[in-house]
Amino acid sequence: MASIEFRKITKRFGDVEVIPDMDLDIADGEFVALLGPSGCGKSTSLLLLAGIYLPSTGDLLFDGHVVNDVEAKDRNVGIVFQSYALYPHMTVRDNIMFPLRFKKTPREEAIRRVNEAAALVQVGDLLDRRPGQLSGGQQQRVALARALVKQPQLLLLDEPLSNLDATLRLSMRTEIKSLQDELGVTTILVTHDQIEATTMADRIICMRAGRIEQAGTPDDLYARPSSLFVASFIGSPPINLVEGKAVNGTVDVSGIGFPATGATGAVTIGLRPEHLVVADTGLPGRIAQIEPMGREVLYVVSTDIGHIRILEQGSTAGRGAGEAVHVGFDEAHSLVFDTTTERLIPDSHVKPPAP
Amino acid sequence: MTAITEDLQLERGGRQRRRQVVNFAIFLGPAIVLTVLFFIIPVIIDVAVSFTDMGRSLQVTGFTTEQYEKIFAGDRRLVEVIGLTLIYVFATLAIFNVTFAVILALVTTATNRLTGNFFRGVWLLPRMSPSVLYILLWIWVINPSEFGLLNQVLMTVLGLETPIDPLNDMPVLLIVIANGFIGASMGMIIFTSAIRAIPEHLFHAARVDGAGGFAVVRHITLPALRWPISFVTIYQTLSLLVSFEYILLLTKGGPFYDTTVYALYIYRRAFQSGQYAYGAALAVFIIALGVIFALLGWRLFDMQKLLQRPRIEVQ
Ligand SMILES: Nc1ncnc2c1ncn2[C@@H]1O[C@H](COP(=O)(O)OP(=O)(O)OP(=O)(O)O)[C@@H](O)[C@H]1O
Ligand SMILES: [Mg+2]
Repeated sequence: MASIEFRKITKRFGDVEVIPDMDLDIADGEFVALLGPSGCGKSTSLLLLAGIYLPSTGDLLFDGHVVNDVEAKDRNVGIVFQSYALYPHMTVRDNIMFPLRFKKTPREEAIRRVNEAAALVQVGDLLDRRPGQLSGGQQQRVALARALVKQPQLLLLDEPLSNLDATLRLSMRTEIKSLQDELGVTTILVTHDQIEATTMADRIICMRAGRIEQAGTPDDLYARPSSLFVASFIGSPPINLVEGKAVNGTVDVSGIGFPATGATGAVTIGLRPEHLVVADTGLPGRIAQIEPMGREVLYVVSTDIGHIRILEQGSTAGRGAGEAVHVGFDEAHSLVFDTTTERLIPDSHVKPPAP
Repeated sequence: MTAITEDLQLERGGRQRRRQVVNFAIFLGPAIVLTVLFFIIPVIIDVAVSFTDMGRSLQVTGFTTEQYEKIFAGDRRLVEVIGLTLIYVFATLAIFNVTFAVILALVTTATNRLTGNFFRGVWLLPRMSPSVLYILLWIWVINPSEFGLLNQVLMTVLGLETPIDPLNDMPVLLIVIANGFIGASMGMIIFTSAIRAIPEHLFHAARVDGAGGFAVVRHITLPALRWPISFVTIYQTLSLLVSFEYILLLTKGGPFYDTTVYALYIYRRAFQSGQYAYGAALAVFIIALGVIFALLGWRLFDMQKLLQRPRIEVQ
């Protein structure tokens, strides 16, 4: 098992700087999720860790030792590629066994471990097929088995569950999580799915254009997003953001005044749909749209400051479209960002406008 | 009412059939004409001539099977020629056209793109230049005096005392090398494109899985080259069997008959000794061999499958 450190790492492809300057520590046995929009450098970071890419500058450390010069084959890393990368001419069995060939594992033990890994990801009855004869989800699971079979010190998962159906995804999620707990292997999971990130990972690293925007526990990122980017990236349905101007303890948004603490100048107010309620007092508006979402109902309320999303518990809507309502919220849940720097203003909150 | 539709159907059927005939003539016609003109007719003539006694005077006095009797009983040199041909074909294929071509492809794809392309370009030059020019260069290289390139290198760099004469001392090796240098370029091109077609992430995966350079070649690259290697082997076997112009230009089949391969032997018998009928009979066997190889290729590469509509693979 290994602890990881990125020390001032940059990565360029020709003139393109994909990772400008990355500093990051990952503790031994930690489960980290890498979250970020497409093209922000998640896969590149994993390939740097795997030893496929060399950092352009900076050092990569495993357990305090610089591994820049350690070849991929000697890093003992297991990786599930975004594209699975199964060997097309080998059977599933040979694919999973491939890493063990180079570890000089005795034949019987290798076969036993292959069977175990295959059973774990439920591909035990596909061992004699070739990758071309498997569905996308099956290929993904074989790739996972291949990464696990070598008992790596570092497990890198590049969207390993993206092709699975909801049920299988749920069970694989638990499976990977409990396996990780059991083996204590340091794991980095790349995903677009925040639920996956928040449920599986100890810590989430939110990336943007090759930079780490924020790293912290799922709760940190959700409750205390350091920037507008993180705030809008985390949470579903997305956070409501409205721009205004703070003067004399009031944030003015299109003529509506929100009593505020600790803010001045151009600010953006962030209100999560699940923290808003349909109330008798507060910001007046009219229900424009109702979307039942299973155990919750999403109201889209048309107000003077624009459309506001409200998520209400309960499977049926208690209100009808067109109904005049007020939007209320608890001051403690409101977030205020500096519009120019896009940073969170700590300890700054707003209250619903007074009637 | 029904009569009208029947008429319509008939007419449509007729038009369709006519269009099929026209399409057939347009698309396959030229190829068929060429095949008949340059393959079928020559083969028929060759087989016909092989059953005559046509000699230098080009006169035919009657039909006979004596040419075949001679092949199977009376030509002691033929055995040597066949032996030499086997050695020549096998050595050229094994050393150059496949092995060396694979190595060239591996090396030129492993280096950076520009160097690789340049190197491959250089290897392709002889194939693009006229055979006479290529052989002229060889003749200069192997010139038995101290002015030949090879001798200059051997004597000045390696300190050899007396110049060597490859044309007389090692003629078989010479024709293998001269042919192989050219032959390797075809395999090189085919193998290079096959290697380029391997998805990059497979190499990444193999390296992470612990494979070193040779293991990657063995487990990832070579399996992807299986089809191209069989194709090149079959194709080049056939072309080595039937072509002889480099040998004719370089050694003229000599010294004596030392580098006279089967195809060249036919040429020498027919056009140098004027034994046209005998040459024709010898040629019948090479034609048969060609057909067998073509069928083999058909079987091996599942041409029928290749000719079917491609299935879209989700990979
Ligand atoms: N080999 C390469 N050469 C040049 N540019 C590259 C290369 N690999 C990646 N990039 C660029 O680097 C950036 C980051 O790519 P990367 O694959 O890491 O994104 P990602 O975060 O994994 O995105 P996704 O979620 O879509 O998989 C992209 O803009 C991409 O175009
Ligand atoms: Mg990616």
